Amino acid sequence: MSVMRSIKNKAAIVGIGISSFSRDSQRTELRLACEAIKVALDDAGLTTEDIDGLVKQTDDASDEHAVTSSMGMGNLTYFGECRWGAAPGAMVMRAAMGVAAGAANYIVVYRAVNGSSGRRMIPSMRTSGQMSTSDLLQWTFHAPFGHMSEAGRVAMIVRRYIHEFGINSEQFGWVPVVCREHGAQNPNSMYYKKPFTIEDYRKSEMVVEPLRRLDYYEEADAAAALVVTTAERAKDLRQKAVYVLGAAQSMVPETEELNSYYRRSISGLPETAQVGKKVFSMAGVAPKDIDCVQLDDSYGPFVPMQLEELGFCGRGEGVDFCNGGNHIRSEGELPLNTSGGSLGEGHLHGMNHLIEAVRQIRGTSTAQVEDARLVLVASGAGGPASGLILGGK
Amino acid sequence: MVMEYNPAIPLLRPHIDLDNQGFWEAVKQHKLVFQKCKDCGLLVHRPRPMCPRCNSTEKEWAPSSGKGKIYTWVNFVYANAAYPGIKVPYLVVVVEMEEGVRMISNMYDSRREDIYIGMPVEVVFDDIADDLTLPKFKRSAA
Repeated sequence: MSVMRSIKNKAAIVGIGISSFSRDSQRTELRLACEAIKVALDDAGLTTEDIDGLVKQTDDASDEHAVTSSMGMGNLTYFGECRWGAAPGAMVMRAAMGVAAGAANYIVVYRAVNGSSGRRMIPSMRTSGQMSTSDLLQWTFHAPFGHMSEAGRVAMIVRRYIHEFGINSEQFGWVPVVCREHGAQNPNSMYYKKPFTIEDYRKSEMVVEPLRRLDYYEEADAAAALVVTTAERAKDLRQKAVYVLGAAQSMVPETEELNSYYRRSISGLPETAQVGKKVFSMAGVAPKDIDCVQLDDSYGPFVPMQLEELGFCGRGEGVDFCNGGNHIRSEGELPLNTSGGSLGEGHLHGMNHLIEAVRQIRGTSTAQVEDARLVLVASGAGGPASGLILGGK
Repeated sequence: MVMEYNPAIPLLRPHIDLDNQGFWEAVKQHKLVFQKCKDCGLLVHRPRPMCPRCNSTEKEWAPSSGKGKIYTWVNFVYANAAYPGIKVPYLVVVVEMEEGVRMISNMYDSRREDIYIGMPVEVVFDDIADDLTLPKFKRSAA
């Protein structure tokens, strides 16, 4: 029996589809999902008959069988789900493993959310009746104290980070500024042609102190899909193949759904650190080799922390690295979230970050990085995490 | 100022199960306890079915001194991002107890301006309903 040592270079992303981001899509989530998948198939030059695998986000409302029956697919030999903020990178990893192992030939990864107009897929506030898993046990010791929002949990970690590293919290504003500048260049984005400055950030009201309104992702209705196949099949398809060079998921001791207050240090993102070690080792590259990053910017202050944990700068130096924005703009040394990300394009739970990584390697971004060859994507921050290093050949 | 609840909105109640009921029963009697492994002595919070160090299921409820320090905190300012059953602003704190475990709680009667990381606090029991008591914290002299 052969042992698959690594999936490096065994799988490629060959098709992408993404909707525009809007306040109200006027469409069901299932329709959004089907439309995004159709765009991805057309992009790849494939048809529904080619698709034999689906990977879904656990909380996504559009079940696999609803997608197959809506689109006239159905000969699936591989399907499964990934959870939490870690889902986007993990879904591609799962699809890459599926094609590399021969479980399916062409696997679609998809996500569709009416996150602005409709029900919220990761509700900011939940009651115990909406939970059926062990998340309820965490909720039990948080919610009675009025502490049940995602933002509140992030704010706890950010406060500790500020405290331990002497951060001036106004400097957190540079990540939202740069992401929204990138979004302003992207016709798909919520911030298209909308100017945004550090002064807007400074004037932004506190919501859950120390987080301001403009530290938060931009709620949106949107959908995205991508097609993964083997490296061999990718060569025969229409688009420039984008290869999976590194892929990893991570949980560490005391990881919770989002943030743990109970482990020794809570001022970092140890899951992200572990993802970084694995993806760099698998891809055989180092942080200095990366041309562009697409990081989880659901909450802006977690971006400098991810830069630190992934080895792009030292512990406590991430905020200085982002200060002024020049390092992380599309023309800087480490361009960040060049489609705008969750802060500047719209919140699709990290899926737009994957799509943008592919565009960068194809050379089709609206904030194109010159000669982008290696892109790192990180999904999930402060809970289960995943990451990818994608590249052309 | 003491935290204020909105009587029109249901209180959020803990989901009590066989693993955590000892904690909540003690709180009702105005006692703070943490799960302790009978085999290796490890204290943990939140409660769980098994000791994460030695995997023993033999455990007891060890009384806490009720004293600790604020480890981190947030201030819920904006009503739409807070629980509507509690009047904003309200403070949520992570307290690191003398025993070494941490717990989420509220400041019982502090203002935002008065609290800081490292501030010594002690537990106070707030009977917010006939059938619900919450362990909260106030500044301690120590």
